[in-house]
Amino acid sequence: MTLNIPPHSLYTMLGVLGLLTLGSAVTMGLGLKNPSRDYSELRLRIRSWWIMVTILFLVLVSSKTTAIVFFGFLSFLTLKEFLSIVPTRQADRRVIFWTYLSIPLQYYWVSMGWYGMFIIFIPVYVFLFLPMRMILIGETQGFIHSAGLLHWAVMLTVFAISHIAYLLTLPVLNGAAGNIGLVLFLLLMTEFNDVCQYIWGKMLGRHKIIPKVSPNKTWEGFLGGFISTTVCAGYVAPLLTPLLFEQSLIAGGIIAVAGFVGDVVISSVKRDLHIKDSGSLIPGHGGILDRLDSLIYTAPLFFHFLYYLAY
Amino acid sequence: MKRLLKILIFALLIKPLVFIVLGLNLRGREKLPHNGPAIIAANHNSHLDALVLMSLYPLSLIHKVRPVAAADYFLCNRFLAWLSLNCIGIIPFNRSGHVDKEALFADCHAALDNGEILILFPEGSRGDPEKMSKIKKGLFYLVKDRTDTTITPVVMYGLGRALPRGEALFVPFNCDVIVGDVLQCFPTAKEFNENLARIFGQLFEYCLTRHEDDSNV
Repeated sequence: MTLNIPPHSLYTMLGVLGLLTLGSAVTMGLGLKNPSRDYSELRLRIRSWWIMVTILFLVLVSSKTTAIVFFGFLSFLTLKEFLSIVPTRQADRRVIFWTYLSIPLQYYWVSMGWYGMFIIFIPVYVFLFLPMRMILIGETQGFIHSAGLLHWAVMLTVFAISHIAYLLTLPVLNGAAGNIGLVLFLLLMTEFNDVCQYIWGKMLGRHKIIPKVSPNKTWEGFLGGFISTTVCAGYVAPLLTPLLFEQSLIAGGIIAVAGFVGDVVISSVKRDLHIKDSGSLIPGHGGILDRLDSLIYTAPLFFHFLYYLAY
Repeated sequence: MKRLLKILIFALLIKPLVFIVLGLNLRGREKLPHNGPAIIAANHNSHLDALVLMSLYPLSLIHKVRPVAAADYFLCNRFLAWLSLNCIGIIPFNRSGHVDKEALFADCHAALDNGEILILFPEGSRGDPEKMSKIKKGLFYLVKDRTDTTITPVVMYGLGRALPRGEALFVPFNCDVIVGDVLQCFPTAKEFNENLARIFGQLFEYCLTRHEDDSNV
């Protein structure tokens, strides 16, 4: 395999691997310093990060098609997890089967770069098709609930996540980073914002922002994360994306706000169902939906901001 | 040869199906018995139940894990019988009620004596999707005189959505599999079944994908 990674993307990936190494080293150091305390949860989390990052990087550098198939698979796992935790009717089985079929089609439009179809397929065609399939089954008890639920599920897990994949089929405008740079920027900033909100909240958190949904979220955490992510994006985006400095600041702000909203929207879903995690696929993190919650909001919003300005 | 066939089928077909297409929320996997003679007593909703439980075992042990399955269903035609006996390794069980108890359990006892791990569905049939049927007394009579055999209760939830009785279309869902602690034995069939039903009920509480409003246990 000839590694032909654009330099800025390569350095970003090496930087992330460096950070993970640092994380592993710190965890090991903590374990040696306080042998009495249990760091197994933290170790598990970092180990899962290693696995997720390794898979993602391998997929991104191997080929565009591999990456698109990978994101499609991610949509499948997320949709399956979502439909497994929400209440569905036994009569919806056949309709749910069709929601799964929307995944290969949606990612096929992505792979051929058919923007018009990519952007209307789920909001128009799938939206109108699913209720039609439901009336053919004919169970009207709970019809409204199911129709709304199933389309919301496909929007969150297929439509939103496929925006990450579409970043890879856009024309390359920043040759030093390539299209991988766009994906790396989006993922990195989304995670960076999650971490910053958590750290600022832990350090300064006083005033609860939405106590009913998420008692741990504070204004201090939110604003700290917002400022950190905005500033960081201002310097990172010009390297990885075609955005200029001022545009990059706005992109950072959008990711910070959207990331927060995505996080609490998925939290509300779990609260409603009285569960803590959406699954157990990723040791130390919970389910795949727990990991992608922020990204469901940041991916389409960052995509359309970028698309409007640069394409 | 039979063992190789079973390993291949599980490695290439059933394990990927169970872990990737289906996906499990597992709890208490370490409590599964790894040495026979042992019995896994599980609730029954779908043909997938036995395949999921077997998939939890490493390929090196899979030949020792054998589901007890209805002879009238799985041996009804030659193709299904060949598949069930050679690829899955079922122990056929006669549900007709015309056989006396000794002969009924002969194959099960032989397998247990051989140190195998049996998968048994004490409800006897899959029933309606995700609803528990009444627990039958067969399990109690099987273990009544055996002191060497442990019983591990397992509940599964969601497989009745993925592939319910009477449906051929398989729809992927994440499913819960909760393994409980080894059962204590009870003197009478009634007490034994009441205890098992109670433990199944407790294990259902851990299911992620189950909702309070469908508490039909």
